[in-house]
Amino acid sequence: MPAINLRVNGRAQTVDVDQTTPLLYVLADELTLNGPKFGCGLGQCGACTVIMNGQAIRSCMTPVSAAAGADVTTLDGLGTVEQPHPIQRAFIEEQAAQCGFCLSGVVMTAKALVDRTPNPTDAQIQQAMSGVLCRCFAHARMIRAIKRYVREKNA
Amino acid sequence: MSQISRRELLKGSGALIVTFGLAPAESFAQAVATLVGNPSKEVDGWLAIAADGSVTAYTGKCELGQGLYTAQTQLVAEELCVPIERVKLIQCQTSVTPDQGVTSGAQSHPQNFNHMNLALAAATGREALLQMAARHLGAPVEQLTVRDGVVSHQARKVAYGELIGGRKFNLPLSGTAKRRHPRDWTVLGTPVKRLDMPAMATGHLEYAHNVRVPGMAHGRVVRPPTVGATLVAVDEASVRDIPGFLRVVVKNNFVGVVCEKQWQAVQAASRLKATWKPGPGLPAQATFHDYMRTRPSRDTLLVDSKDIEAKLASAATVVRATYLHPYHMHASIGASCAVADVKKDGATIWSPTQGVYPQRDSCAMLLGMPRESVKVNFARGSGCYGINGADTVSYDAALLSQAVGRPVRVQLTRKDEMAWENFGLAFVIDQRVGLDRDGNILAWDYEAWSPVRGGRPGYNQPGNQVTGFLAGFEPAAFAPRSPAPAPSGVLANGQNVVPSYVTGCIGTACSGTGTVKSERMLSRSVESPFWTGPLRSPARLQNTFAHECLMDEVAAAAKADPVEYRLRHLRDPRLMAVVRAAAKAANWEPRTRTQNPEPRTQDAVRSGRGIACVLYEGDNGYCSMVAEVDVNIATGVVTVKRLVMALDVGPISNPDGVRNQAEGGALHGMSRALFEEVTWDAEKVTSVDWRTYRTLPVGSNIPQLETVLINTMDAEANGAGETSITVTAAAIGNAIFDACGARLRQVPFTPERVKAALK
Ligand code: FES
Ligand code: FES
Repeated sequence: MPAINLRVNGRAQTVDVDQTTPLLYVLADELTLNGPKFGCGLGQCGACTVIMNGQAIRSCMTPVSAAAGADVTTLDGLGTVEQPHPIQRAFIEEQAAQCGFCLSGVVMTAKALVDRTPNPTDAQIQQAMSGVLCRCFAHARMIRAIKRYVREKNA
Repeated sequence: MSQISRRELLKGSGALIVTFGLAPAESFAQAVATLVGNPSKEVDGWLAIAADGSVTAYTGKCELGQGLYTAQTQLVAEELCVPIERVKLIQCQTSVTPDQGVTSGAQSHPQNFNHMNLALAAATGREALLQMAARHLGAPVEQLTVRDGVVSHQARKVAYGELIGGRKFNLPLSGTAKRRHPRDWTVLGTPVKRLDMPAMATGHLEYAHNVRVPGMAHGRVVRPPTVGATLVAVDEASVRDIPGFLRVVVKNNFVGVVCEKQWQAVQAASRLKATWKPGPGLPAQATFHDYMRTRPSRDTLLVDSKDIEAKLASAATVVRATYLHPYHMHASIGASCAVADVKKDGATIWSPTQGVYPQRDSCAMLLGMPRESVKVNFARGSGCYGINGADTVSYDAALLSQAVGRPVRVQLTRKDEMAWENFGLAFVIDQRVGLDRDGNILAWDYEAWSPVRGGRPGYNQPGNQVTGFLAGFEPAAFAPRSPAPAPSGVLANGQNVVPSYVTGCIGTACSGTGTVKSERMLSRSVESPFWTGPLRSPARLQNTFAHECLMDEVAAAAKADPVEYRLRHLRDPRLMAVVRAAAKAANWEPRTRTQNPEPRTQDAVRSGRGIACVLYEGDNGYCSMVAEVDVNIATGVVTVKRLVMALDVGPISNPDGVRNQAEGGALHGMSRALFEEVTWDAEKVTSVDWRTYRTLPVGSNIPQLETVLINTMDAEANGAGETSITVTAAAIGNAIFDACGARLRQVPFTPERVKAALK
């Protein structure tokens, strides 16, 4: 089985795994990234979300073969504890999480939206987040954090 | 046991469900032990101060997403008078932290922030340091001041590091050590930002899911296809050709597979040929509430004034209603995960458990090892809201690791988690309330049935969860008891069985919050076909839903305003204060009937508001909520527009933390009230993913959330995390009634049920 080349968080990576392996397992197990999480493995919750070629995708449902040659960004590739990405800073400012397990879904989905639509309406934010789950129900703060990010980005 | 007060017994534990349902007295003591643990009585068990003045503190109460890590760090900094940056808190590792049982039941504040444990250790430590400083500086303690870990007398100073640096205190916790008063707080009481937030927001926090141990293999479990099915045979040959395959592990009815890589284990688990003998079948869901009434039960009479039938017979009006609640799930966002490294002579488990010591002891039983040779390190999980799959997956990992002799990581699937977790309780609640001629309540009668099976494993019952049971351990035995013995001692209202409006008297001791003297509350547990366990506000939410909606029905029957009518029957000033505060913040307009009495027209949207209140667990946090809703008459769809809450949880450690919990609890409560319901067919659970178990997504019509905090500084600290969720279903149900006259007596409030109630 041929190795697969992909770019993850700006770095070239080569992985030698079964082509049908979900991208999530490659990111978490082979590349030891902590951002994308296993929530459902069914494409229903968003916890595994990464941005691939500009699109928020669910890495639990994406075979690694589909990521060959692609550019993948994970939550932990956006920023660091010392230097969070502006959208991460907005979440920290708004204290927009409880357990934090869902944040790949929330942050990466929102980032992909704002990258595409720099000034989203409330309805567009709601639409984008309609398939993203948070069982701690930090929803209100999360929406506030997304809006703060938009505001600060456009300021 | 009789001489111990109810508060000391921590009546509020979810574990007490076990008591009511299953078990004789020993198990009661055990349930209490599980909550309290057996923590160190020595300062050194909780604190160490290094030569550079840095503080290391040890706690047995773990961060579950509720902000406890930060609040406890604030507590230590406050009591020791050191900057918060100087405190490093180590949480929940059996090798170093005190045994504080489990982190549950909103009991961490009562346990660690009042005059016990961590707070007392820090206060004792501060007083000891001041004594040392007095000797060092040759000045009386009263003349010393302390700031940022430096003790001063006039111009002379000495730092904690110089006084104790690296040495032990060798000092027992002092019951007379003085806590710093909330009025003097500089670190506690302030909205310190979550210390773990930057790591969470940037995806750098290591959860149990991210624990990677050298040589680690990947396991998956293969649960029975139906409830109660038993294993006949496993065909290992069906998976042997999968690359990386290591083992099929069978222990009684427990089955798992281990492979080198995770994806291989996924394939092995799905391909493994196993033959199962079907279970006995399940009672029909449609008639489950009535089925419960027919089962042998374990009965507990909370209060009985013995005049209830006579008073109801003499009443001018009797309002009676039956309220139904389904099983709910914890349904954590992450399917649970754990890593275990079990060797012949010792084991280490990385577990998102709520209690590392109970996990250690019960897991040791499962492994057949002495508990001293098992180490459990807490690793963060996704929010659990009670006992989710965290303990059971730790057992899974331990069993698989023991079998292959290598570290094994087990990731449950969404279905493993949802079909087999310990569900929150279903309930059927019958109530009768008698009114006098003036519309005042004369008598309140309550009788309820709820199902139990298993629960927290505690220190010695691994069979209380699915893995332990499959591996051959029994759950806590069910012990029917009917009739119930007469109430005795002091009222234990940890499950909020007793409504807020009665006096709650046993003999001459009356600790209820209301004025109604004629009262009888009888709860009955029956055996559950599914695993059950504490889920955020266990039993308290279900009971409060029934009480507070019925109170609304009674107010309507008495043609009284729901706020005024509640206040008329309450006598606890703090409960009355939260009711008033919520009503005020919501601009409550008094009313004496449903606001929209005109004939119902199709397609109209009606608006309404409702109120509910509770003293959580009978003594652990006050909350009242006003809900505003729109009801679409044609579709039956309920849209919640606004939730206004007032909370009084004693002195507030971290106002933003409390707000975050109150807001999350309100939306969690709304999701449970409108969408959530465990479903099953003749043999298995059928709500096994996010399509079949619905939850409110982040992108939805989120109501406006407003939280009023009443900071009662001279009271004890209460739990805050389970207060708002307890009243949400009732507040929404009452608002629906106000909007359109439809009384919803069954959760969830689906459009079909709303339309049916409108007819
Ligand atoms: S884990 Fe991928 S969507 Fe849930
Ligand atoms: S913060 Fe816990 S699931 Fe979203």
